[in-house]
Amino acid sequence: MEAQDRFDAIIAADERIEADDWMPDDYRSTLIRQVAQHAHSEIIGMQPEGEWIPRAPSLRRKAILTAKVQDEAGHGLYLYGATETLGVERADLLDLLHSRKQKYSSIFNYPALTWADVGAIGWLVDGAAITNQVPLCRCSYGPYGRAMVRVCKEESFHQRQGFQIMLTLAEGTDEQKAMAQGALDRWWWPSIMMFGPPDTESVHNARNMAWGIKRYTNDELRQNFVDMTIPQAELLGLTMPDPDLRWNEERGHYDYGEPDWEEFMQMVRGEGEMPAQRIRVRKSAHDDGAWVREAAEAYAQKHEAAA
Amino acid sequence: MTGPDLLPSLQPSLQPSLLTHLLRQGDRALVLAQRLGQVITHAPELEEDMAIANISLDLIGQARHLYTYAGEVEGLGHDENHFAYWRSAEEFLNPQLVEQPNGDFAVTIVRQFFHDAYALHYWESMEASSDATLAALAARARKETAFHLRHSQGWVVRLGDGTDESHRRAQLAIDSLWRFTSDLASIPDETELHDSGVVPDSEVGERWRDTVVAALADATLDIPASTSTSTGTSTGAGTDMASSGWQGHHSSHLGPLLEELQALTRAHPGAEW
Repeated sequence: MEAQDRFDAIIAADERIEADDWMPDDYRSTLIRQVAQHAHSEIIGMQPEGEWIPRAPSLRRKAILTAKVQDEAGHGLYLYGATETLGVERADLLDLLHSRKQKYSSIFNYPALTWADVGAIGWLVDGAAITNQVPLCRCSYGPYGRAMVRVCKEESFHQRQGFQIMLTLAEGTDEQKAMAQGALDRWWWPSIMMFGPPDTESVHNARNMAWGIKRYTNDELRQNFVDMTIPQAELLGLTMPDPDLRWNEERGHYDYGEPDWEEFMQMVRGEGEMPAQRIRVRKSAHDDGAWVREAAEAYAQKHEAAA
Repeated sequence: MTGPDLLPSLQPSLQPSLLTHLLRQGDRALVLAQRLGQVITHAPELEEDMAIANISLDLIGQARHLYTYAGEVEGLGHDENHFAYWRSAEEFLNPQLVEQPNGDFAVTIVRQFFHDAYALHYWESMEASSDATLAALAARARKETAFHLRHSQGWVVRLGDGTDESHRRAQLAIDSLWRFTSDLASIPDETELHDSGVVPDSEVGERWRDTVVAALADATLDIPASTSTSTGTSTGAGTDMASSGWQGHHSSHLGPLLEELQALTRAHPGAEW
């Protein structure tokens, strides 16, 4: 059997492609792009929350947030590990991130202005991420699918802690309630844009579905997320910042308004101060750490040579 | 106002010195955890972000236990957050070493190493404490701290014996932090706690020095010629209490650190988070 036929048969049977299986170049490069973007998103995503670790308002919250940011670094590591099975090194991918030749999720270009934003990121951003990522556990590429199983377990814990922060604020003082509402107003539209452009505009949907990399379209995932989140917002007693939002009996889903896709495209293009800041922070950590990594390598070589 | 509600298991004459001891150790852990919390996302590699977050997390956990127990010993109904968020810099009793700024990775790691070597010997000795609560906490904290020391000491050796640049930076970090190590030699006013077996070992400082001397030799780094610190030549007897962090004397770095830690909480008195 030809290599291509074997690949097609595995995809048709909904089985897994493994690291040493033959795969078409486009399939490989699509996966590298997607998994790298995911890994980059994990480590850039450490920033808006990491900034709040020193300011967390109780020791319990400080511990939970520290653990969460630590998990994100861990997710970055597994995902860079998955890209290595596709033949690319973490160091090269980091260079592509730092030179802005590869992207990360543009959601992390929004600033976390108050403590409630930490809650909203957990509740909405991690909620949207889970909606996106649960189907990826069945991704046709084995190492990515398996990494996602572990990532999803931890993300659902993150989502719950974010909701907990929001609930505590929503039940708190008037100032805390206002803080929670402000964060919901800021994060709602960006989170529903995390699923990408509408299906009519999405470039990669059809091919990635055929390859078993993607299982649902952008709009299907977005609808799932909206349907899941509205009852949670009601439980919090907060007001959704979308006047068009209503239950549609006929469809059995919520109808929602049109996001500002122009803002989305600006964020994807990385225009403005926040994207520059995110890369600056990442790059300076990397550059300032160069002498440390060199020292570790020099030490290892010396002692390997001596052994 | 009624007086404190003393723990029945506690000898009343020991209450003030035990409370002070718990705050000293809790503050030591919290202030260092806070410094490490500022490093997360800025570490030289992802593995280090994870390790530093993990160490910070352990230290927050230790501080929470120490403060919770301090609240019980004090008997005024204060919880862990009271001690962390509602005391001012003059009331903090941590050694000055842990409040020093992060600097470059060499400073972060050397500070951590000096601290971990102290903390490991402290917790080892506390496993034999006559205070059951402290002895139980020590059993767990000792294990955590052994990992922290393995991590920080491993880096000190790699930096010292790595490249010329890493050696130079590590030596600079040692030279600049050395004067803050005098606090680690001993806490001279804890005689009552030693005598009663609550803090059984008064020789933690000597063991600290042995660990540091051996590791720095391994790292090809020098111990600074004894200058302003008493630790270089003696262990404790000469500690200058007028400048000791354990007595509430601090450098100018503690105030801003606490401001960042406490600002949000203090802006909303009485709020739950």
